[in-house]
This record gives sequence, C-alpha cells and structure tokens, in this order.
Amino acid sequence: MSVLRRGPGFALVAGAALALLLAFLGLPLVAIFVDVPPADLVGALDDPAARDALWLSLETSVIALTLILLVGTPAAWMLATRRFRGRSALLTVVELPLVVPPAVAGVALLASLGPSGIVGGPLGDAGIELVLQKAGVVVALTFVASPFYVRQAIVAFEAVEPRLLEASRTLGAGEARTFLAVGIPVARGGLAAGAALAWGRALGEFGATLMFAGSFRGETQTTSLAIYERFATDFTGALALSAVLVAASAAILLATKLLTPAGTEVRRAAG
Amino acid sequence: MALAVAGCGADGDGTPEIRVSAATSLKTAFTDYADGLDDVDARLSFAGSDQLAGQIRSGVRPDVFAAANAKLPRALFAEGLVERPVAFARNRLVLAVAADERGIRGIDDLTARGRSLAIGAADVPVGDYTRTVLGRLPDATERAVLAAVRSEEPDVGGVVGKIAEGAVDAGFVYATDVRAAGGRLRAITLPASLQPDVVYEVAVVREARDRAAAQRFVDGLLTGRGAAALRRSGFLPPT
Repeated sequence: MSVLRRGPGFALVAGAALALLLAFLGLPLVAIFVDVPPADLVGALDDPAARDALWLSLETSVIALTLILLVGTPAAWMLATRRFRGRSALLTVVELPLVVPPAVAGVALLASLGPSGIVGGPLGDAGIELVLQKAGVVVALTFVASPFYVRQAIVAFEAVEPRLLEASRTLGAGEARTFLAVGIPVARGGLAAGAALAWGRALGEFGATLMFAGSFRGETQTTSLAIYERFATDFTGALALSAVLVAASAAILLATKLLTPAGTEVRRAAG
Repeated sequence: MALAVAGCGADGDGTPEIRVSAATSLKTAFTDYADGLDDVDARLSFAGSDQLAGQIRSGVRPDVFAAANAKLPRALFAEGLVERPVAFARNRLVLAVAADERGIRGIDDLTARGRSLAIGAADVPVGDYTRTVLGRLPDATERAVLAAVRSEEPDVGGVVGKIAEGAVDAGFVYATDVRAAGGRLRAITLPASLQPDVVYEVAVVREARDRAAAQRFVDGLLTGRGAAALRRSGFLPPT
C-alpha cells in the first residue's frame, strides 16, 4: 500500500489514467476539427440558416444565463448559508435536471408549461405562450442549465469563511449588503466557473429544446438542432457547426479559468 | 448486450439476431411483426428515414433499412451501401388535428389567422411529401399555410407529438400515425388531386452480418407475417 501511496509506481498509474482520460475526452472533439478543412468551415458559416442558428443560440443562451444568474445567485446563497429541515430535498430538486435525460426534460416541460400542461393552460389564457417560441427555447435552456450554476454557486458560497460574514454583520451590514459586498466578491471565482458551465450547457442543449420549442429556422432552431438537421444530408455542414460550438464552449471555459486563477476563492476563504 | 457489442450474429439459443433501421412511421407495424417472429431476433431502431440513411453513410451498419420513401433506399443502392430496394407498403398523407379540434375541416381552414402547424423537415420523407401537397395548392394558399408553420420536425413522431400536446393546431402525418395515436388525433383526408404517392421501400444492407436472416425479414414484409402486421396498422399493399 505504501508503495502505491508514495512511490513512483502510483504516479505512473495515475499518469497513465490521465493520458487515457485526455485521449478519450479529447480525441472526438479534436476529430471534428481534423475532419473539416478550414475553407469548408468558413463556407458553412456563409449559409444563412447556419448563421441564424448560431445567432439564436447566442441570444437565447445569454438570456437564459442572465435569468440563471439573477435568480440562482440569491437562491444559492440561501441554500449555502442556512441550515433548515428539508434542505436536502430542495438540493435534490435543484440538482435533478443535471441527471434527467433531455427527452424527460422535454416531456416534463410540455406537461407543465405546454398548452395542455398544468400551468400552461392558465398561462395561455393570460396570453403567455411558450411552446414553439423563442421564449420556449430560453425556458428549455434555463431548465437544463441552471443546476450547473446553482450547484457550483452553493459550493462557492459555502467556502466563504464564516468569520468574514460575521464581521460584516457585526459591523451593521444587513443580509443583502453582506451578500452583495462580501459573499459575491469572495465567491466570484466559483460563481464565474459555474456560470461558464451553465452557459456552455445552454449553448449545446438539444433534446428539451426540440420537444418543447420545436425546430424552426430563425425562431427556435438553435445550433444543435441545425446540426441534427444537417447530419443526414450535409455532414460537412454539421461538422462545421459542431466545430464552432466546441470552439465557443472551449473559449468560455478557458476564459473563466484564465480570468480567475485556480484556488482564488479557497485562498481568500482560508486567509 | 455483450453479444451485441461483440458484433455476434446470434443470441444464446442460436436464433440469428439482426438490426433493423426503420422509419418512425413503421414503429407500430414493425414492432408487431418482430414480436411475432421466432426464427429471427430483430432489434429495431426508429428515426427519420434521412437520419437513418445518414447513419448508414457514416458507417453504421444495420442489417435492414426500411424507409418511408423510395428516394433514400435507391440513393444508398446507387452508392453501393445496400442491396436493390423493394417496395413493401404504401401509406396516405393526411392532415391531422387533435381529436377535439372542430374548427379545422380541410387545408383551407389552415389559412385563417392564428393557426399553427408543425410539418416534417424538408429532408425527411414526411416533410418532402408535405411540400409536394403544398406545391399543388394555389400560390396564395400555399404561402398562407407555410406562414402558419411553427416547427419543422426531424421525424413524423415529432409532428404527432406537437399536435397531440396541443403545441400546434394541425400537421401533415401519415394515416397510420393517426391510427397509432389511439384516439388522440383525428385525420382529415386530403383530396385525391393533392395526395402524393407515399411508397415505402426496404433493402438489405450490403455489409449485413447475417444476410440470410435479413433477407427472411424483408421477405416476410412482402408476403408473410410482416405484410399482415402492416395491413393491421393500416398500411396499403405496395401496388
């Protein structure tokens, strides 16, 4: 055992495991770029349908992310700083969309917010329609992506040193002031990482969007739906759009890592 | 599962196992047919015909490919990916509405303000047939109907779902889909002058692992239990 823990043997095993993991996760994504000559990539983006889809993805995912940040941040603060009965149940509800299959998310959204859904009927009477609308895309993206942010935000808020919060409250700051002036700045690294994950997830959403919002060019056809449509007849076009999506997601994740050096929030919390 | 992963062509008791890629609209009939077979263990996979053809072009090798048109199997035949396809069934395109919808009696009712419609995407057979129908309408009617389209679905199941869930008022699907929807949808027959020729063709895939079993499955669609299952689901004979 001690050899495994301390000796070079385990480092070798762990190194091999890392290499295997990187190859497995990296290869399919790299293959997309190897398969598309750069000229075709540019050519595919010349297609108005492709540009519509990319623009719609950007627009709806940014709106979804904004909603997630506005509602998710205070909600995560509440879940991180309070201990109450039923907290585990609430956390489970918040995290459930992470593991629910996209088709289930689509069915669930239809059953709740669809025209014959439990809330959808009254909403429709009030003139609010979500299915097959751009707003429906936002709803699908928000449903699927919000746990990625909220989960991370809870962890980040929980890592904030309690003494800092007590000091703020002792100095007379109310809960809102403490949240805004201490909680958010101290936890910003974790919040940004969560936001990046949620944004990336929203950019790539497929199943729930198709079932709830449908696929209509310029209205509800996001990039991943456009990729699916192209797959059968225009594989190069599908690869090119996939390449853009992968590059955009990688850029979001990388930017977050560069802007917030690893461990910032932990060091601050510890110091 | 292990057998499937290993690409083995037979299951534990020696029954040959084949994989069948079939158009979504064949789901009820093919499931019925496959359940009644004891000399072939048919694993079925349903999606839009164009998606399935796309999979075959990308190297996926089912043993049988059954499409909701003749175009796709013939294209794959020309590309050397499947054996010569044969027609095994016909279907009719209908205008489908929710069972309780009373305001729509024909295509002309789709042009009223505020109507919403889901149709198949242009590349999927049901979407192709739909466009054939719309192309035969007077220009103004065609434009008005197209303006009511709110979603272009990747297979006919998506259109059925959107109508059944009330997301749209109507859609163009096959007569068999309305029958399979178990009372949730109502079919409005199209005038004969608009009705496209909906022919289903099937082909054995050239690199099929068990060619004999695949051919037996195809033969059964033409004359045997498969043909009976197709009639039970409302499909018409090929000619």
